[in-house]
Amino acid sequence: MSTTENTESRERGTAPAGERVADWADGRLGIYSLAKSNMRKIFPDHWSFMLGEVCLYSFIIIILTGVYLTLFFHPSMNEVVYHGSYVPLQGQMMSEAFNSTLHISFDVRGGLLIRQIHHWAALIFLAGMFVHMMRVFFTGAFRKPREINWLFGFLLFVLGMFTGFTGYSLPDDLLSGTGVRFTEGAILSMPIVGTYISFFLFGGQFPGHDFVARFYSIHILLLPGIMLGLVVGHLILVFYHKHTQFAGPGKSEKNVVGMPLLPVYMAKAGGFFFLVFGVIAAIAATTQINPIWAMGPYRPDQVSTGAQPDWYMGFAEGLIRYMPGWEINFWGHTLVLGVFIPLVLFGLVLSAIAVYPFIESWVTGDKSEHHILDRPRNAPTRTGFGVAWVTVYMVGLIGGGNDLIATHFHLSINDVTWFVRIFFFAGPVIAFIVTKRICLGLQRRDREKVLHGRETGIIKRLPHGEFIEVHEPLSQEQLHTLTAHHQYEPAQVGPAVDENGVERKIKGSEKLRAKLSNAYYGEDNQIPKPTVEEYKEITSGHGHH
Amino acid sequence: MKKLSARRRHPLAAVVVLLLALACTGGLYAAFAPAGKAQADETSQSLTIEEGKKLYSVGCASCHGTGGQGSSDGPSLVGVGAAAVDFQVGTGRMPAATSQGPQVVKKKNIYTQAQIDQLAAYIASLGAGPEVPTSEQYGPDGADIAKGGELFRTNCAQCHNFVGSGGALTKGKFAPSLEGVDPKHIYEAMQTGPQNMPSFPDTTLTEKNKKDIIAYLNAVNSSNTENPGGLDLGGIGPVSEGLFAWIFGLGALIAVAVWVAARTAKAKKS
Repeated sequence: MSTTENTESRERGTAPAGERVADWADGRLGIYSLAKSNMRKIFPDHWSFMLGEVCLYSFIIIILTGVYLTLFFHPSMNEVVYHGSYVPLQGQMMSEAFNSTLHISFDVRGGLLIRQIHHWAALIFLAGMFVHMMRVFFTGAFRKPREINWLFGFLLFVLGMFTGFTGYSLPDDLLSGTGVRFTEGAILSMPIVGTYISFFLFGGQFPGHDFVARFYSIHILLLPGIMLGLVVGHLILVFYHKHTQFAGPGKSEKNVVGMPLLPVYMAKAGGFFFLVFGVIAAIAATTQINPIWAMGPYRPDQVSTGAQPDWYMGFAEGLIRYMPGWEINFWGHTLVLGVFIPLVLFGLVLSAIAVYPFIESWVTGDKSEHHILDRPRNAPTRTGFGVAWVTVYMVGLIGGGNDLIATHFHLSINDVTWFVRIFFFAGPVIAFIVTKRICLGLQRRDREKVLHGRETGIIKRLPHGEFIEVHEPLSQEQLHTLTAHHQYEPAQVGPAVDENGVERKIKGSEKLRAKLSNAYYGEDNQIPKPTVEEYKEITSGHGHH
Repeated sequence: MKKLSARRRHPLAAVVVLLLALACTGGLYAAFAPAGKAQADETSQSLTIEEGKKLYSVGCASCHGTGGQGSSDGPSLVGVGAAAVDFQVGTGRMPAATSQGPQVVKKKNIYTQAQIDQLAAYIASLGAGPEVPTSEQYGPDGADIAKGGELFRTNCAQCHNFVGSGGALTKGKFAPSLEGVDPKHIYEAMQTGPQNMPSFPDTTLTEKNKKDIIAYLNAVNSSNTENPGGLDLGGIGPVSEGLFAWIFGLGALIAVAVWVAARTAKAKKS
């Protein structure tokens, strides 16, 4: 009976099942208008715009594999005797956390693979965020209206570092235990509050019986929860602001040239997710990471050489390794500058890159929106600052691996440390100057190309014997791309008298701003792009000069 | 005689002659070859020491002095014992004349084991010191691998890394990797403490402890090692892992991104 009814109703013109489900859902969720306005959202094509996707997908992979690991991991520091299948640890005392990680690695089906995917994905997630952040920085994509999204991204990077740290500390192996001890030392170096914070975090004296359980809550709940919220906010803002694009013909501050989200970008992004998963899974299946069985269980009386953190904490490790071991003693208190100064520097270096967008917008005084990206060469001071920052960061990484660099390149660890100490100061200065010069050189080359065309490499001899190189004029599109960028005028200190002719007090900040603005955009700090008149004068002339 | 000549065409005659010949050569070898060794045993240590002294004056005396008393170029060898000689010469570290750099490194050994034994006997005759260990002392029988691991992490890992991959010391010196090192040499190194290494005499690490440590190293850092998970990237921890993640992980993903971005949907031209 029902069959006939259905046939009848369809004949009467009822919508197909899929449409009815969609209708039902739309009536309750209002997704139609949301989808309508967003499904045709345009995204521009460029490989560097996919770095953020690498981060998003590795984050998803980390969550998925992490859930699997929680099914078997015991976040407890109760001591047990090992009786699992790894022979060289038979009969050893260890915490339940270490025991269960060994169990995951040797006795749970697929456990080691999932552990390795989780850990490799974490390293790649952080590396992806770093490169993504640098892409945004060097192209000026952090400018209005995207400053808040820049901060969201920065917070994700910092939280990712600490999520990683609390994660690799969970197995309670000798390597990570040494890292936790390192952290305890850094906390203790804080004047006055250090001891209290340390006792609060570890529930008494280090190592105590609490930190694995506490790090576990932080690692699987607190930090990933915040990060998930930030990721959602980050993506909503990307949708709201629309994506930035490089300058080019037909591209303006008011449009986005590219492909629609549906179907093109959905297909691309979906496929790219599986490619990212595939690459990470292939690495995890063939390459070992964090072999905790080789390191053994943590005991505070044991330590190994070559104890380094995962790469994203290597910069902090480096700061401590090359800082001289200074300390001040007064009234029975010790201020361990050798640890406290690196701790402060760690925060300062990270925040330097975070606040940069606000400094730049203060210097330019530019309140307008920017959706067209800068080429790094067209912002020499910014690019120089960015490269200097990366240099400080890399010097820290080299310092963090000073012992391995020494043994693998047959150098003295003392020499490596001294190199790093000098380059911590000299490196960024040299990097800034060199980068700025290169940028200005490239700007001159662009100007040359616009005015005189591309050097073809063809040499012609004129009837009177002169040799000239044939220059091919650029196409209209190329000319537009090379000259589309905006060039700022350096800010001046305002008039010395106000509108009533009364002498005005000029604030220090105003003078500083003018000085900085001149360093950014003054003469010799940017090459004026060719004007239409210059172009016309040269191209209307007869051949080349 | 006739009997013998009558059977000279016997099918087994050749076999008999061959057996006789073998017995003869074997007998002669048995008579002469062991005789040489027996002679050495009998005329005792003194000849070995004599031979050792000769080798010593050619290869070692220029730095360690003609009587092993030491000089500005090399320390005194009185009391270092046979174990130290067996380690230093057996691993090619001594003679060090051709070595350069902050510490004397392992290289090709130029002496035969017999010559090393002679040198060792000579040095041992200068003053009492640790003996060369026997294979029972460093062999794997009856060793507790897990205990060895615990001892290794407590006493050795500070310089040699968790599983003996080696590590840096000050001013270009380093603790070498223990992979592929002869168990006898590991035992002797613990016993005598060569170069920057502290010595662990039997009062510090008992004979059984040393055996356990050697068995542990054999289990975690040799061709017998059970080390699942794929390529170990040198067994030096997060630095090589981080480098790998950046170059091969992120590198591959960026290559993939470039590939995906280059293949975009084209608008239909009509």
